Amino acid sequence: MKNVVRNRFEIVSEAGQLTRGEPDTSKALAIEGLTVAYGEKAAVFSLDADFAAGRMSAIVGPNGAGKSTLLKAALAIVPALSGTVRFFGLSIDQARGRVAYVPQRASVDWDFPARVVDVVMMGLYRTLGWFRFAGANERSRAMTCLQRVGMEDFAERQIGQLSGGQQQRVFLARALAQDADLYLLDEPLAGVDAATERTVMEVLKGLKSEGRAVVCVHHDLATVPAYFDDVLLINVRRIAAGPVGVVFTEANLQKAYGGRLAGTVAAPLPVGGH
Amino acid sequence: MGQEFVQLSLTPMLIGILAAVACALPGNFLLLRRQALIGDAISHVVLPGIVVAFLFTGTVSAWPMMIGASLAAIFAVVLIEAIKRVGRVDAGAAMGVVFTAMFADGVLLLELSDTSSVHLDVEHALYGNLESLIWLAADGWGSLADWTALSEMPPQVGRLALVLALVSGFLFAFWKELTISTFDEGFALSLGIRARLIGFLLVVTTAVAAVAAFDAVGSIIVIAMFICPPASARLMTNGLGHQVAWSTLFAGASAILGYVLAGYAPLWLGAENSVSAAGMIATVSGFILGFACVLGPKRKRIGAAREV
Repeated sequence: MKNVVRNRFEIVSEAGQLTRGEPDTSKALAIEGLTVAYGEKAAVFSLDADFAAGRMSAIVGPNGAGKSTLLKAALAIVPALSGTVRFFGLSIDQARGRVAYVPQRASVDWDFPARVVDVVMMGLYRTLGWFRFAGANERSRAMTCLQRVGMEDFAERQIGQLSGGQQQRVFLARALAQDADLYLLDEPLAGVDAATERTVMEVLKGLKSEGRAVVCVHHDLATVPAYFDDVLLINVRRIAAGPVGVVFTEANLQKAYGGRLAGTVAAPLPVGGH
Repeated sequence: MGQEFVQLSLTPMLIGILAAVACALPGNFLLLRRQALIGDAISHVVLPGIVVAFLFTGTVSAWPMMIGASLAAIFAVVLIEAIKRVGRVDAGAAMGVVFTAMFADGVLLLELSDTSSVHLDVEHALYGNLESLIWLAADGWGSLADWTALSEMPPQVGRLALVLALVSGFLFAFWKELTISTFDEGFALSLGIRARLIGFLLVVTTAVAAVAAFDAVGSIIVIAMFICPPASARLMTNGLGHQVAWSTLFAGASAILGYVLAGYAPLWLGAENSVSAAGMIATVSGFILGFACVLGPKRKRIGAAREV
């Protein structure tokens, strides 16, 4: 218990901008004191984080830092031991229709018997009632989403025949079909080709410019300053959070990655001099 | 020919088809969820359930047997989950431990208890008694429109028809939820689909199909039908709806072909007696899977290089 209190204190002193009290509806996602454990090991410990609408945010940290777990726990996909999570000031169950989640591409079996358009139409699930099945209307909406990611020619393909980048685009199209206000993406640029990376970033920037919130778990430190407005650095606990220019510093990264940083970074890091 | 066929072959065939299809339908989803073994597990644990039900009631009437089997199936599913979590072993190992142990207990119980007066033995548990489910009250095709004759039909026909309706109804009602949660459970949960409940209901549906089919046709067909027709069907198509349709076709074809071959093939080969219909139906379903592996249009995906 003592440990928890001490950790809290550190977070407050480091971030200096912790919010408490009434849920704020202006925040797309507000997480407070979130703790998740697998077995006896904490994957995420007493973590606070806010994500704003109209911003592109990255969640960055070493392997096993709890980045994916943070998203899953926020969406109640994995149970949290403690903490509160509010989406636009609402509970997850009240806000499901406004939140789209893109899991890691490798988390599903692409040998599943489905065509590209079938997967995209899964994003329309919440618009379909009991005993209602996707029809021509849903199909045309799915096709529009496929066009936005440049995959309309692959609509009838079996999903197992796609390349990694194409699979990622299909997942993004499925999220677009959800027409959400908050997009939570787990490693959307991991292992994709350059063309896919450009397409994904264009689409995400489009969402942001429409006033939606975009949150990506991101692994490539070199592209963080170019792609994102805000960054949350975590390593089980929160290390730092805020605008990229302020918190994406060598010092914070060293803190997040410990001694493992040297081999991780492909390009020179911006040193926070603002 | 008409009268003899309706009396002796129509109902066993019908029961075979109903049982095969009722098991093949949920088998499609079990296969895609890599849970195919759960059908195997459930169909084995049904035996101790039936024996215990017999020890309690002293009869082999249908309802106590069905209830005993269902309780055993539920017990086994809970036990598998518990072993998985407490023992930290993978699902396959947990199932393997539970179903072999429980089946063995069933065999021991059978040997220890006096079941000589009733039709309850290990052979029956394995291949059922399909050939004996005849319809003596029938005197031709016209009996299908005759209520008195229909009421004399083996009760397995009605029971399995009901179970098939239940299974189909479940798949139809939860088609979207089953599909999404089978393909991508995390995404399903993020949509608010209660994916774990759906998964549990699928296992319950599987158990209902297994128990009803076991009573009529024994565990060999049940195990074969949960796996072979869906696995063959997967090799025929890349669409889930089409896969389910193909699996129904393959299950029905196995039942009909297996029954006919069991009755006549040994005679053609010069043997004196026919062979077990249940065994032959399961064998045919295995051959269909073999053909699908060699000739199925979508077989290439197996072992195909996958870009990561």
